[in-house]
Amino acid sequence: MKQDTILLAHGSGGTLMHKLISGLFASKFSNPILDKLDDSATFELPPGRVSFSTDTYVVQPLMFRGGNIGKLAVCGTVNDVSAMGAEPMYLSCGFVIEEGLAVSELETILDSMVASAKEAGVLIVTGDTKVVEKGGADRLFINTAGVGVVRDGVDIGAAKAKIGDKILLSGTIGDHGIAVVSEREGLTFETAVESDCAPLNKMISSMLDVSRNVHCLRDPTRGGLASALNEFAAASDVGLHIIEDRVPVRDEVAGACELLGYDVFHVANEGKIVAIVEPADADAVLAAMKTSPYGVDAAIIGEVVDEPKGKVLVDTHFGSTRILDILVGEQLPRIC
Amino acid sequence: MCLGVPGKIVSVTDIMGMRSADVDISGVKRQVSLDLCPEAKEEDYVLVHAGFAIQIIDEQEAEETLKLLQDLTGVDLPEAESAS
Amino acid sequence: MTLKYISEYRDPILAKSLITKINQTSTRDAKLMEVCGTHTVAIAKHGIRTMMPPTVQLLSGPGCPVCVTANTDIDRAIELSKVDDVVITTFGDMMKVPGSYSSLAKEKAAGSDIRVVYSALDAVELAERTPEKRVVFLAVGFETTAPTIAASVIEAKKRGLKNFFIHAVHKTVPDALRALIESGEVKITGLILPGHVSAIIGTKPYLFLADEYHVPCVISGFEPLDVLQAIYMLVRQIESGEAKIEVQYRRGVLPDGNQVAVETMNKVFEPCDADWRAIGVIPGTGLKLREEYAEFDAVAAIEVELPPVREPKGCQCGEVLRGVLFPYQCKLFGKACTPEAPVGPCMVSSEGSCAAYYRYSDYPEATG
Repeated sequence: MKQDTILLAHGSGGTLMHKLISGLFASKFSNPILDKLDDSATFELPPGRVSFSTDTYVVQPLMFRGGNIGKLAVCGTVNDVSAMGAEPMYLSCGFVIEEGLAVSELETILDSMVASAKEAGVLIVTGDTKVVEKGGADRLFINTAGVGVVRDGVDIGAAKAKIGDKILLSGTIGDHGIAVVSEREGLTFETAVESDCAPLNKMISSMLDVSRNVHCLRDPTRGGLASALNEFAAASDVGLHIIEDRVPVRDEVAGACELLGYDVFHVANEGKIVAIVEPADADAVLAAMKTSPYGVDAAIIGEVVDEPKGKVLVDTHFGSTRILDILVGEQLPRIC
Repeated sequence: MCLGVPGKIVSVTDIMGMRSADVDISGVKRQVSLDLCPEAKEEDYVLVHAGFAIQIIDEQEAEETLKLLQDLTGVDLPEAESAS
Repeated sequence: MTLKYISEYRDPILAKSLITKINQTSTRDAKLMEVCGTHTVAIAKHGIRTMMPPTVQLLSGPGCPVCVTANTDIDRAIELSKVDDVVITTFGDMMKVPGSYSSLAKEKAAGSDIRVVYSALDAVELAERTPEKRVVFLAVGFETTAPTIAASVIEAKKRGLKNFFIHAVHKTVPDALRALIESGEVKITGLILPGHVSAIIGTKPYLFLADEYHVPCVISGFEPLDVLQAIYMLVRQIESGEAKIEVQYRRGVLPDGNQVAVETMNKVFEPCDADWRAIGVIPGTGLKLREEYAEFDAVAAIEVELPPVREPKGCQCGEVLRGVLFPYQCKLFGKACTPEAPVGPCMVSSEGSCAAYYRYSDYPEATG
């Protein structure tokens, strides 16, 4: 009999679980390394430094415009591995499922994971599933980890920004955060904004093809562009100076930020990259970004300066200069 | 203290005596109650606060404020900008 | 970015010449208080303070409803949230504000059912959907917000809901300004009055400020050009020795305000005394449910025991809210009290003056 929902028995090691794993996970993710279904995956890595990253995804709602938790879990880890200048190759994934989750919903999520992994050119080679009682989790949590090999000659790190370097951003900010929050209970508003969730490894790869002088790279996820820039400023002990008018923001995202009292610089992205690049290479790297479908709106948004150390300054559209602060805690709508 | 965002009424609905409007704020749509602004109609711009339209924006006054600013400062804004 | 009625009030060219105008006009000391928290944020975020001539000083006032909510009112919301079948609904602003011992955010983490809503109507709808729960809306805010709560209460009555309640801690502005000026603690030479409160109440309730106290006042909008223009108008009044209530925010404020909203508010609420955090009780500046709507009063309907009130040690939010101290003059500012580890409410709320000064490093030590 076909099950409509995930039951606790699925996680207890019995036949139900076996069916679920072989039926769903193994068939969808199928590849020669995974298909062996051994206790762990074994594979060879090309020579070089390994980049290894893990992240756990707990987004609510599970489905949002432009993606779902599965797409996010694959893209997020692919992007984290890539942001060190590595080519991501293999992923693991762990699922914590609250009993009662519809099998059809899980299938949709797995299909997205397959599609994103395929686009990124990575294989999901090992995984695990746990089913917990009602209330033990919020429907579905996914952990992914990824490994890749860092390109020869590339040396990327948050502490490597140098005075005079240019700051590049791959496109509009705030899309993901606004797409997700617009569907939360209590805050519903209609917008066509889609999450920008996307695998960026190919774009990053093309950037590194044209320059060995990309000093910092980061995907500005939670805490938005403001967090990523502040982390660079602090780690490199330099100032960052950006021009508000050069930072692309969709009108709808700006509108939603007005409505909710958000600062768009604090709103999360899942398909953007911010790079700090040697000035001589900046135009070439920008051109490389723009060849990617995820980088058409890429722009040079500012540069690295001497002072104030550890801080980010923004020249506002209004003609003043302000400090760009880090978001403290959770972003909450401001009303009264 | 009180966030109030200007938005344009794109449609008005009446459900069981409760008038509400779909308001467009730069492409974002939110349903707001017209209980406090019963005279608001389609095409009006209203100030939105906590799910309610709290005042109809006086478009003429808005233009005059800008005009006054321009006169005051002697700065002429290009049409496109002042109308944006 | 183009947002109608927003973008055009952020024009850099106009701003520059307006600042020049202010500089040319101002010769007398202008100690201007922005009453409203949204003005405080706009001033800090757009760096307006740094553009002012030495004669113009901008002080923050008591206009952040979150900041002036008394500890005991937050303590009550927290105790209510611990009752089994109670769901607390609140604007996001209130989540992190500390009461005597805890905050709603901490109680939520500990398992209380506390939800952020965008509108009180969302709370009414939640109550209708979940008849097994008692839904309490934490009703904060000034005259801008109070009519929206009143309309929601009327709606709840119309729908016959027996499980919707409000914990009303609204405050009203004009008499609070009277108390502030009467106290004589700070010599304010001009007031930047709140645009959205005035969109509701109009200009008349402020007339006494000019007539009785001879304080120049301008009702201002919230975009940076609005604020600059309001400052310019105040400087002009000060230079000419006049005191009147002028409206800069003419696109949103009519002399009579929004009478429908005022009537809605008066239908549901009547004035009462209000306890302002760190300021104390100001007669007639609160709003309580009228007899006809008393059934929606959470305080009467759901009995809870309140812990003894405790004020944070060394916190000078009161002095900051009254404009006696600049935030950076508080001994705890930026040291024991930061947005990551706030001691007082002014550092918690995003509209709190301490948070605004801190976030945008809008104080002498940071910029100088």
